[in-house]
Formats: sequence, structure tokens, C-alpha cells
Amino acid sequence: MGQGDIWFKGFIFAFAASIPLLLVSLVVVLFFWAWPAIIHFGWSFIFSSAWDPLADNYGALPFIYGTLVSSLIALLIAVPLGLGCAIFISEIYKSKTGEYIALMVELLAAIPSVVYGLWGIFVLAPFSAAYIQPVLGGMFGFLPLFQGPTSGPSLLTGGIILAIMILPTITALSREVLQAVPYSLRESAMALGATRWETFKVAVFGPARSGIIGAIILGLGRALGETMAVTMVIGNRPRVSASLFAPAYSLAAVIANEFAEAVTELNLAVLIELALILLVITIAVNGLARYLVWQTTLKK
Amino acid sequence: MDKLPIKMKAVDLNAWFSGKQALSKINMDVYSNKVTAVIGPSGCGKSTFVRNLNRLHETIPGATVEGAVFLDEENIFKPRYDLVDLRRRVGMVFQKPTPFPTMSIYENAAAGIKLAGRVPRPVVDQAVETALKQAALWNEVKDCLDKPGIGLSGGQQQRLCIARTLAVRPEVILLDEPCSALDPISTGKIEELIHELKKEYAIVIVTHNMQQAARVADFTGFFLLGELVEFDVTGKIFTAPRDKRTEDYVTGRFG
Amino acid sequence: MIREIKERCFLAAVFFSAALAVLPLIAVLGYVFVKGIGALDLNFFTQLPAPVGDPGGGMANAMVGTFILVGIACLVGLPVGIFGGIWLAQYGSGKRGFIIRYSADVLSSLPSIVIGIFAYVLIVATMKRFSAIAGGFALGIIMIPVVTRTTEEMVKMVPRTLYEAGLALGLPEWRVSLQIVFRTAWNGIFTGVILAVARIMGETAPLIFTAFNTMYWNLRIDQPMASMTVQIYNYAISPFSQWQAKAWAGSLTLVFIILMVTLVVRKYSKRVYYG
Repeated sequence: MGQGDIWFKGFIFAFAASIPLLLVSLVVVLFFWAWPAIIHFGWSFIFSSAWDPLADNYGALPFIYGTLVSSLIALLIAVPLGLGCAIFISEIYKSKTGEYIALMVELLAAIPSVVYGLWGIFVLAPFSAAYIQPVLGGMFGFLPLFQGPTSGPSLLTGGIILAIMILPTITALSREVLQAVPYSLRESAMALGATRWETFKVAVFGPARSGIIGAIILGLGRALGETMAVTMVIGNRPRVSASLFAPAYSLAAVIANEFAEAVTELNLAVLIELALILLVITIAVNGLARYLVWQTTLKK
Repeated sequence: MDKLPIKMKAVDLNAWFSGKQALSKINMDVYSNKVTAVIGPSGCGKSTFVRNLNRLHETIPGATVEGAVFLDEENIFKPRYDLVDLRRRVGMVFQKPTPFPTMSIYENAAAGIKLAGRVPRPVVDQAVETALKQAALWNEVKDCLDKPGIGLSGGQQQRLCIARTLAVRPEVILLDEPCSALDPISTGKIEELIHELKKEYAIVIVTHNMQQAARVADFTGFFLLGELVEFDVTGKIFTAPRDKRTEDYVTGRFG
Repeated sequence: MIREIKERCFLAAVFFSAALAVLPLIAVLGYVFVKGIGALDLNFFTQLPAPVGDPGGGMANAMVGTFILVGIACLVGLPVGIFGGIWLAQYGSGKRGFIIRYSADVLSSLPSIVIGIFAYVLIVATMKRFSAIAGGFALGIIMIPVVTRTTEEMVKMVPRTLYEAGLALGLPEWRVSLQIVFRTAWNGIFTGVILAVARIMGETAPLIFTAFNTMYWNLRIDQPMASMTVQIYNYAISPFSQWQAKAWAGSLTLVFIILMVTLVVRKYSKRVYYG
């Protein structure tokens, strides 16, 4: 190895090494800035519903609740639809048109979230209040989740906009996973006299399962951290309500709304602590995804 | 040859891939309890031919077909013909072993039976055992039926796939170059197996290996460029072919 | 019979979900197009934002701002992403490679608003004012994992024989890396970079408290800078229908740019990267 090689290798290594450094410093810096809030409130911060900037009294519960529940709603809607769409493209309608649908779905993943939010404010939220919520209330009104006055901006609307946003992610990734299953396995199942459903069940789903779980969790990760669209339709009210029709708040949304106008030192620290909680949740979810994929691959 | 019971019969069969003709005007018979070999250089349409016998060809996007294939005197290309039933009656084993990767040996062998609906466990057990015995695999795997099918060697995997096909009790078995990915010992075992199986089934085997055709087949068809050049008793094809092209091929002058 | 019912149910469920999945997506695009085209005119591309009540007005400063922010992001993100990617592809098989690759994965899964806070405390809090530098820095960090992964994959796809042929000519390793391997991989890397740019153009969350916003012309990168996304957001949540119309027009412009860029790049490359 010549002198030039050593220099070059060191040079590009410095850039590569800056990636973990960046990550570590990000966590450390956030922790440092959140420290005043962490010592001031302790663990009770997570379980408190207080939110009073004037009295400097804060709690994270409504935001954690809103983030988790809106993401859960998004998964409940987007997983069956996205998976069905992926199966449609890769198993049932595998032709040029299927390719175009797939391309369109991938393009939709590139649309900025602020655009989804804009659509959410003016189209989805009114539609949700006028049609979706009354219908759900009529069908499942015996559950507290679907009781109470309807409201355009609400936890439910936030969940629905998230579902629409993660649909392309789940569809595109599941499709890739399904197409990675060798065609010979499908033929083997068909040669045994399997119908299309049976072919999918017997030959495709098994090998694709871990990849599909990965796709779903990636979608969940995207939903948890999604900021703008949720901010614009979730209602931005820091309260835990039993009803999905009530306005709520999410971690990312409260940061987006209040960070630039944080009045006191403690207020800023609280918002950064909320960011830290969001960071921990997303890293945990991604770790879980890795673990599940790793486990299902091992079982093969 | 004329008096033998005909199990399947192709009549003027044409097939295309995205407009490119892969088979033209094939007329060929498959006899009950006989082994029929299909030979020819690669790309001659021999695989396409057998894949039309269970209508797997048309599942490939862009693939089309014309003509008729009769199974017990019923045209399998007639409208509303039950494909699921057809593929159960005409089983197929592929070039590369294709055990389902997430299933155990037992589950693989039982995969076809279980499709038919709820079958009591003892019946499945019995069918799996019979099929594995018929496929000459039982003694090697009877103690590890719950191990994954992909853990077996290539030759064992291929016999597992044959067992999987046998378990649904087909009438015809299509073997598409079943030994091309296997070592000579495994190949020998599968050839022995074919001899056993023809007592009960009509067998069609695609092979690029002429010695194999000579060893296992009663009848042989020679395909070239999508046409059936010659079809006759195996001995005749290899010793006294009528067509010059067949002679060139079997004496190794091309292909 | 039961099998046939199951088959029918399966097909029906798949058709139904495919239709239901595509429906809202078409609705989003349709609304953006119809509402946006009505509010678009030449002024929109040439004028500054107008106060409520005044006719006309546009987003010219925000469009320029978005391009400046993306430029700063590239200055931050590209060297790290590209050189880091080359290192990972060529020397990253060991433990250090694993750590770097893992960090890039974690970084790509972080919510962009968290990265915005990082840029805020690092730059805005130090400079004591919102600035384009802070916004560009945040966008640059978002680019890094995408560019790193693309570069690594593309460099790895260059056949090893090419590398060895270069060495056999007596070239030093670093020249082979840059002049042969990197150049061969460049087309693929470029595709990845463009897709990353298209993605950060649509980011709002990391900008609202870093680059902030302004209604005036500003080309100084140490000052607050407007961007299309933040402007769309501010207009969207405003109570004035005149501003709301501008939000639709801005969305149409932004979506058009992003979709065109993505489509053109896709034409030249089959693969897409999910950041």
C-alpha cells in the first residue's frame, strides 16, 4: 500500500465514521438539552396529562397516547389494504397494467406530507366528521371509542391520514418481498392443483412472511414519526379522551407547533424531552422489526 | 402402438411466448402405464409441451396456446374446464427441486392432500407414508419428518417433490428434466423409481440426456425448433430413426 | 365447494383492497391538481407573498429558498454519504463496517422532526437566530443514510475483475477506487442522489424551527429563509381563503417537480431506494 492509499483510506474513513458520531452526538445533545425537564419532573412526566406552559407544568401522556393510537389506527387500515394491493399486483394481475399500478403507488410515496396534510384539512377532515364518524358511531356506538360528538380534526382523522400515507410504503415493500419468492414455488403449488388462494397460502406466504412483517414495521416507523400531516388534522388538543372522535395531539405535532415559540427554558427542555421519547419509541420499534425478521428467518 | 390405451393426446397444439411461437402443430400421444420421453436440444419446446399438458404454460404472462389436449378423451382446453382438478390428475415435478421452504418434510409431502379440504390426521399420515415409500425416501426420512424439507440433499429433495406429487394420487406424472440438477447416484435412484411408478401411472419425462431416455422410456419424441420431428418406440428412435435430423441428434452431431 | 368459496372470497378481498387503496391516493392527486391549477398564474412564480387582501402574490422567494436549502443539504450530505458509502463497500466488511451501517439504518429511521431539533440546538441556539444553514444542515443529515446506502450498493455492483484489472495496470488502489470503480458506479449513485433530493425537497418538519420562514427575498444563508413546504403549511393553516388557494398552488408545483424528477430518474434506473 502506497502513501496515497493510506491517505485516501483514512480520508474516506473519516466520512464513514462521522455517521455513528453524528448519531451518538444527536442522542447526547438531545439528552443534555432535555436534562432540566428530566430532573424536574422525573418519571411522572410520562404519566402526567398536565399541559400548562404559563405555570410551567407539563406531562407527556396525551402526546404518547395520541402518537401510539393514531399509528395503530393507521396500521389497522393500511396493513390489510396495502397487503391486498401488493397481492393484487404481484399474484393476481401480473401484467403491464399491474406494473403501472405499482409505479403509481411508488410515486405516491414521494408526495410531501404537507400536501397530504393540506388535503386532510380541506377534504378528509370534513368527510370524516360528516360520514365516517357517524357511520362508525352507528355501527359500534356501544363502544366508548366511537361515542361522543363528531369532530373533523380528531384522533381518527389523524389515523386515517397516516394510513393513506403509509399505504404506498407497505404496498411497495410487500410487493418486492412477494416478487422475491421464486416463481417455481408457485408453479409447484399450482401443479398440485392449488387454487390461487391456496397457492398464495402454501407457496408464497410462508417464505414472504418475515419480509412482510418488516414492511409493516417500517410503515409503523414512518407513521410514528410523521409530523406535518398529523399536526394538520389531529386537532392539537393535549388530552386523553376515550373517544376516537375527539381532538388529540401527537409527540411530533406538539414539537412542530410549540418549539419555535417555547417561552421558558423549561418549556424548551420539555419539548426536547418529548423528542427524546419519540426517538426512543422509533428506535425500539425498528429494533423490534429487526428482531422479528431475524427470528422468522431463523425458524426456516 | 396403436392398440395401447391412450391416456393423453395432443392435437395440433400450438403455443407462443409473447407472440413468439414455441410449439407448432404438435400431435403426440401419451400411453397408460408407459414412460414417454421428450428429447431435443435446449429451446426446442420440450418443456413448453409438457407444461401444456397440465396447462401451466398459460400462467406465464404473455403466454398463449391453441389446439387441443385430451385427457381420457376430454379436451382440457375446453371452456370452463376445471384446472384444479386437471392439475391433481396430471401431477408435475420440476427441474430444480422445489420443496416449500417453510414446511417440514411431512408438511411438504402432505401439502397436496391438505388442499383438498379437511382430511383426518390418520389418513394424511397414511398417505404421506405411502407416498414417501413409493418415492423411495421413507427409510431415509422416517425419523425426521418434522425437519425442514430444504435441509435434505438435492436428490432427496427431488424425491420429496415426487412424493408430494404422488400423494395426491394423480393419473399422469410429468417430469421436467427431474435429474438435471442431481448427481449420478441420485439420478440412478430416480430412474429406478420411474420404472416402479409406471406400473401405476402414465409418465412423461423431459430430458436433454439421451442415455436417460434410452434407459427409462418406452416411447420417445424428438423435438426440434418447436416441432415434433419424430415419435416412436424408444429403440427405434435410437437405432433406426426415420428422419435425418433425429439421426443427427441421437448420434451427437448437433445439440 | 368450500374451496371455491374461499377462492372467491380471496379474489374479492384482494380486488376490494386494491381498489380501496388506490382511491384515496387518486383523490389526493386529483384535488391537488384541480384546486392547484385554478390558483396558479405567472405571478405565482415571480412575485413575493402578498398580504391578505392584496391581489396577486406568489411564492418566488420560497422556490428559490427551497433550492438554496437543498444545495446546502447536498454540501453536507453528499461528501459524507458518497465517501462513507465507498468506504463501506470496499473496507466495510468488519465490525467497524457493521457499526457504521447500523448507525446509518438507525439514522434513516429517525423522525425528521427530531433531526430538526438537533439542528436547532446545534446551530440556531448557538447563532441565536433562525438560518438557512441550520435548515440545510438538517436536510443534509436526512440525506446521508439514503446516499450512503445507494453508494455502497452501487460500488459493490461493480465487478471485482474491473478493480483487479486496474490494479494490474499498476495504478495505486485509491486511483482505481476513484477513477475506475467510482466512475463505473456513478450513474447508479447519481440516481440515488436525485431521489434523495426529491425526498428532502418535500420535508417540512425539520425546517419550521431551523430555516423558519420569511415573506421577503433573502439570499443570505445566515438569515431565516422561506421554503415551499413551510410556506404551504403556513398558508394551509391560515383562515384566509386567498392564502389557502396559494397553498394548493404551491402543492401542485411541488408535487409536479417531485413526481417529474422521480419519473425521469426512474426511467434510467429500475431500482428505487426507500429511505
